[in-house]
Amino acid sequence: MSIIVRDVSKNFGDFAALTDVSIEIPTGGLTALLGPSGGGKSTLLRVIAGLEKPDTGSVEIEGRDATSVPVQDRGVGFVFQHYAAFKHLTVRRNIAFGLEIRKRPKAEIAKRVDELLELVHLEQFAHRYPAQLSGGQRQRMALARALAVEPAVLLLDEPFGALDAQVRKELRAWLRRLHDKVHVTTVFVTHDQEEAMEVADSIVLMAGGEVRQVGSPDQLYDEPANDFVMSFLGPVTKLSGGLVRPHDLELFSEPRPDTIPTTVIRVTRLGFEVRVDLKVDGDELWAQVTRGTSEQLGLVEGQTLHVRRAAPVRAAVAAV
Amino acid sequence: MASPSPGVLVRPALRGVALIYLTFLLIIPVVLIAFRTFENGLAPVIDGITSPAAIHAFQITAVVTFWSVLANTIFGVTTAILLVRHVFRGKRVLNALIDLPIAVSPVIVGLSLILVYGRTTGVGQALAGIGINIIFSIPGMVMATIFVCIPLVVRAVAPVLEEIGDDQEQAAATLGAGPVQTFLRITLPSIRGALAYGVVLALARSLGEYGAVAVVSGRLVGRTQTVTLLVQERYLNFDQETAYACALMLVVTAVIALIISRWLAPKEIMK
Repeated sequence: MSIIVRDVSKNFGDFAALTDVSIEIPTGGLTALLGPSGGGKSTLLRVIAGLEKPDTGSVEIEGRDATSVPVQDRGVGFVFQHYAAFKHLTVRRNIAFGLEIRKRPKAEIAKRVDELLELVHLEQFAHRYPAQLSGGQRQRMALARALAVEPAVLLLDEPFGALDAQVRKELRAWLRRLHDKVHVTTVFVTHDQEEAMEVADSIVLMAGGEVRQVGSPDQLYDEPANDFVMSFLGPVTKLSGGLVRPHDLELFSEPRPDTIPTTVIRVTRLGFEVRVDLKVDGDELWAQVTRGTSEQLGLVEGQTLHVRRAAPVRAAVAAV
Repeated sequence: MASPSPGVLVRPALRGVALIYLTFLLIIPVVLIAFRTFENGLAPVIDGITSPAAIHAFQITAVVTFWSVLANTIFGVTTAILLVRHVFRGKRVLNALIDLPIAVSPVIVGLSLILVYGRTTGVGQALAGIGINIIFSIPGMVMATIFVCIPLVVRAVAPVLEEIGDDQEQAAATLGAGPVQTFLRITLPSIRGALAYGVVLALARSLGEYGAVAVVSGRLVGRTQTVTLLVQERYLNFDQETAYACALMLVVTAVIALIISRWLAPKEIMK
């Protein structure tokens, strides 16, 4: 294990940001701290970095108790949501900062910075100042700066939060590829479940200052520990009092085993998928079906259908 | 920028008011000083500012200004960092105290220093016992000048510290920089413009301080006489040429300092 957090609690005044949090982050993995804002994930990341001091509990990094080690001696790389670029230094000097602090020989610094500029595709921008870069370029610079000192762990606090949707998607995929190349133990904070599912090897889901579930993206999606985890990770709707994913609902024009009769309230086409709002005994729910299914059933408002929860795919496969 | 129709009239009117105000209060008096200085040619001016008393006064002013600016630079940066970056008991009180020198008349500052450090007080006698005289000597004048300049550096630097936030400082720390390295490599370059601006303001203010220094210095000619005190004393003794010449020197120094400050100031302040 690369990072071990034990029973960490942290209060800001009356607000309990973290309550008895214990997690283990595997070496070399890419882990997402996922959860709604105010859920404690950024605080936990800052506790690991040493930017916040926990009220109780301990933090171990690479087998060494780091709880009372000051941030500058922890050997962590940290990337901030708003880049925290050194505005008065060029891209090259920004990236070199940690190496200059460590008084490495000039030639070595120049070589390492060149490698990193190439890694983050900023070779042509080495002599620019941060103000002359786009948001995505600044964040890549910040990443290179954090990687320059070869940190034991790389921590990213909502790294793509300040970027627009398109750049965000690109950088996400790029971070995944970068990690496959660099293999440094990486933890990133996000409130975007799609981002976590796409990028991370494992997800720590946090809310209300506590860890709600830890597992791979598939585990969390397919075997959520509770309704909160289920509704946080994807769309849900209610059928017979239980939560179900809208794409796990099967619709039929004739009754089948276990189906319940339902009335179509509205049909909305969203490209390939079709959202069908339904009513069962006064309760509303919705199903997500493909365009093909929609056409086959000839969906129209007021139509009577029969709905049931689809058999879990995994269980079916396992049974074969 | 397009302006709404009332602006067409309002703006020239505002500009006129500002201009008239400055003309009568500032421009005419300063121009008149320059005019009166050179009324009888250059020779009396040179005589005036090279007289032993004037040279001594310039030296005293230089010494007092140097220590006042140095102390206020260090105190100002430290206090601004304390106020912006830290949470502590009594922060609001400290914040209010910083502005006290603007609210309190410099004469009262001088009197209060005499009350604490005067030769009849316990503190004053104790210090005199070990050979240190505060009142009627340079240390008291430096203290009085420091006091009146306290807000200038703090109030120039604090908003910039606030604006840049502590992200960059935290980033430097995660990259291995200790507090001193972070201050020198990150914080100081970021506040450089604002700091220079505050320092120049403190310099101009120190050069021109009269009230507080007049009280604590005792106006001892040839010993504790600064340039401002010399101007006043010469004027009252009908040596108006020296008074005007020295006054003009102060004005020119202050104007140069302000021009430098404008040039150094961060653009946000001057916008």
